[in-house]
Amino acid sequence: MIESISIAPEQLKHEPPTGWRRYFGFSTDHKVIGIQYLVTSFAFFLIGGLLSMVMRAELITPESDLLDRSLYNSMFTMHGTIMIFLWIFPSLVGLANYLVPLMIGARDMAFPRLNAVAFWLVPVFGILLMASFFLPGGTAQAGWWSYPPVSTQNPTGNLITGEAVWILAIAISGVSSIMGAVNFVTTIVRMRAPGMTYFRMPAYVWAVLSAQLIQLAALPALTAGAVMLLFDVVAGTAFFDPERGGNPVLFQHFFWFYSHPAVYVMALPAFGIFSEILPVYARKPLFGYKVVAVSSLLISVVSVLVWVHHMYASGTPGWMRMLFMFSTMLVAVPTGVKVFAWVATVWRGKLRLDTPMLFCLGAIMMFVFAGITGVMLASVPVDIHVNNTYFVVGHFHYIVYGTITMAMFAALYHWFPKITGRMYYEGLGKLHFVLAFVGTNLCFLPMHLAGLHGMVRRVSSYDPEFAFSNVLASLGGFLLGMSTLPFILNMVGAWVQGKQAPDNPWRAIGLEWMVSSPPPVENFEELPIVVSGPYGYGKSEPLVSNEAALKPH
Amino acid sequence: MNVKTISLLVVLVSLSLLASLWMGQQAYTWLPPQASAESKLVDDLFSFLVVLGSFIFLGITGTLLYTMLTQQVSRFDLSDGPPIEGSVTLEVVWTVIPVLLVFWIAGYSYQVYQQMAVRGPMDVVHMHMGTPSAYAAAAEAEPIEEIDVLAKQWSWAFHYPQQNVTTSELHLPVDRRVRLSMTSEDVIHGFYIPAFRLKQDILPKRTIEFEFTPVREGKYRLDDSQFSGTYFAVMQADVLVESPEHYSQWLTAVAKGDRVPAANSAYTEYNTRQEKGIRPGWPTIKPAAPPLVNQG
Repeated sequence: MIESISIAPEQLKHEPPTGWRRYFGFSTDHKVIGIQYLVTSFAFFLIGGLLSMVMRAELITPESDLLDRSLYNSMFTMHGTIMIFLWIFPSLVGLANYLVPLMIGARDMAFPRLNAVAFWLVPVFGILLMASFFLPGGTAQAGWWSYPPVSTQNPTGNLITGEAVWILAIAISGVSSIMGAVNFVTTIVRMRAPGMTYFRMPAYVWAVLSAQLIQLAALPALTAGAVMLLFDVVAGTAFFDPERGGNPVLFQHFFWFYSHPAVYVMALPAFGIFSEILPVYARKPLFGYKVVAVSSLLISVVSVLVWVHHMYASGTPGWMRMLFMFSTMLVAVPTGVKVFAWVATVWRGKLRLDTPMLFCLGAIMMFVFAGITGVMLASVPVDIHVNNTYFVVGHFHYIVYGTITMAMFAALYHWFPKITGRMYYEGLGKLHFVLAFVGTNLCFLPMHLAGLHGMVRRVSSYDPEFAFSNVLASLGGFLLGMSTLPFILNMVGAWVQGKQAPDNPWRAIGLEWMVSSPPPVENFEELPIVVSGPYGYGKSEPLVSNEAALKPH
Repeated sequence: MNVKTISLLVVLVSLSLLASLWMGQQAYTWLPPQASAESKLVDDLFSFLVVLGSFIFLGITGTLLYTMLTQQVSRFDLSDGPPIEGSVTLEVVWTVIPVLLVFWIAGYSYQVYQQMAVRGPMDVVHMHMGTPSAYAAAAEAEPIEEIDVLAKQWSWAFHYPQQNVTTSELHLPVDRRVRLSMTSEDVIHGFYIPAFRLKQDILPKRTIEFEFTPVREGKYRLDDSQFSGTYFAVMQADVLVESPEHYSQWLTAVAKGDRVPAANSAYTEYNTRQEKGIRPGWPTIKPAAPPLVNQG
């Protein structure tokens, strides 16, 4: 069916610009778009990181002495928003953009123009969000949850407030994500190479498919909630205004109906990265591949049934608390299956502890910790104590930094030779790992203790009894900031003057490793004919029957 | 597996178990004092989860670290590991055990929740169902102390309806069931006393009832736990748990006092900044006037 698609002759006439210029234009090449996503999101990662370091500087002492309280509230609101909507989402989408077509043996995404539009919306809403720093009323200050009525309070009385801009940015982000989701699902369902059955797809592709299906199913709830909130803010409606018969808890349902599954939209690709990288550096097949693949889908299904666990203290009835406690704990089962499979993959392997492998193993350890604190949070009586405290902040940073961002770094190192055609510097990579691993634990572990003692999140000043945990966390936060320097040096240095990379420097199995580094515009000279599963380590069976024909002669 | 491996495994598992039990005991020191009947139940549950979690964490990271230390090969070793693709037995085991654990944890949590008898706003009927509750002894026999809580940006006020007393500190009698009727004037606030392990959001235009039993005399802190805007961090109040005699003495004494505006951090901080003309921040909602409270 793929061969039958004819390309209009006028489309072939325009050679896409080559060299650095193509990264600044409306390219429809999934690999260029992938790099555009990655670089753009990394720039926002640095901005979000700077904001968090300002917050940690404020919190290194108990008093509110560095920033005005309104500025502090803006810092955590923007930090959360940037890290979620402008770093984790777009960076993972960027990686998937680069890898999925290569991994399933396609020449591009199903809808290349839609792909480019989805990307270009990211800088649009990113700049929009940044612009709100220059509004007279300042940025949004109600946290990334943006719960009304706090979020609808408007001290300046202006029509265009930071909050209105924030909601608009989130809505545009939603549109971009839905475009991406449609594209990924279509690509994975329709564009697989001959012989690439579902159970021959790499586990990463399964994870991306599961994550993007969540986007399609749950994102409309947030978009609906955001539009209603925007009307409340700018048009004077009263969907969520209790003064005029609205219900503020309704917004919480809209918000968490999407924003909890969103955690799995972020985590599943990270799980996929682990499943992809561990076999390469352990020289063993992924243990229980089919179960690992299907467990991604199971996680997607359960993830849309757990949102009320964010609202145990919001005035939800007892039966609802119990029901959602149970469904939330159930997520631990398919997730646990994955973790055990990763451990079994490494077990008795022939390990090479290169940078990507170190990041993966470190991330899995921190993920196990986060999973355990996650089950604690699911338990209603414990959650009633630690809900909205630093325990939760510590817990989810072990997910978003300790697991997802670490996995992202693992992926960037692992696929760097493929993406750029150059080798990164192993020493700098290991230095980055050590700093990031120590920094993450130093920053986020003490937060659990502060939270258990009752330190509430989002405070700009706190009781002196929490001072020790906060000093440690601040030092860890600054270390984490420093840890990105060797990474930047490594990536920029290696891209400019690194050693030439061979097609397959890690002796990895996978379609992307059978083409040149970097791959040509259309990826494959001839479409691969896949004849075996994705993790044939230790077995001498070919992955495709036409390997020689994949590359131009 | 030979005898040596099995005995080594048994030793390792026992050591991890001991370490986990020790962590479970440590867990109590990570928590504030147990000042309510509910806090003991929550802490026992938390300690149990720490034991379970430590065991799982030690097992997984121990295996990973062991593998990392022993299974590294040289850069020039190009061989692959054994092509093990899975094991149905193992996969069944590590699916079934977590499922059973989930049932166990959920069941235990449910039981604790029943004993706490936390009253959600919609639970008109108590959900006892035979389980003894934390205040079983005290509940029916002794009268319940009723107090109104009023939250606004950014102050707490406590009204004792029988004596018609309003204060900015929450005084509570020890070992007596307390029922709070909580309302908010503006946004969502959260009623949270870490030493009681209890938290409940207060929704505007709704009265939310909330019950607990303080069991330890002392001074504790009440925080606003749901982000409520600019001065959220300073929306705190002292909670004083006193013996019933002290408590009633205080009530009678304070009932005679005149009503004066309470000291309020948010209000003071805002006005100091206004007077001094400090304007490094963005416009904010003005703090509400401090509540009028009886002078102590």
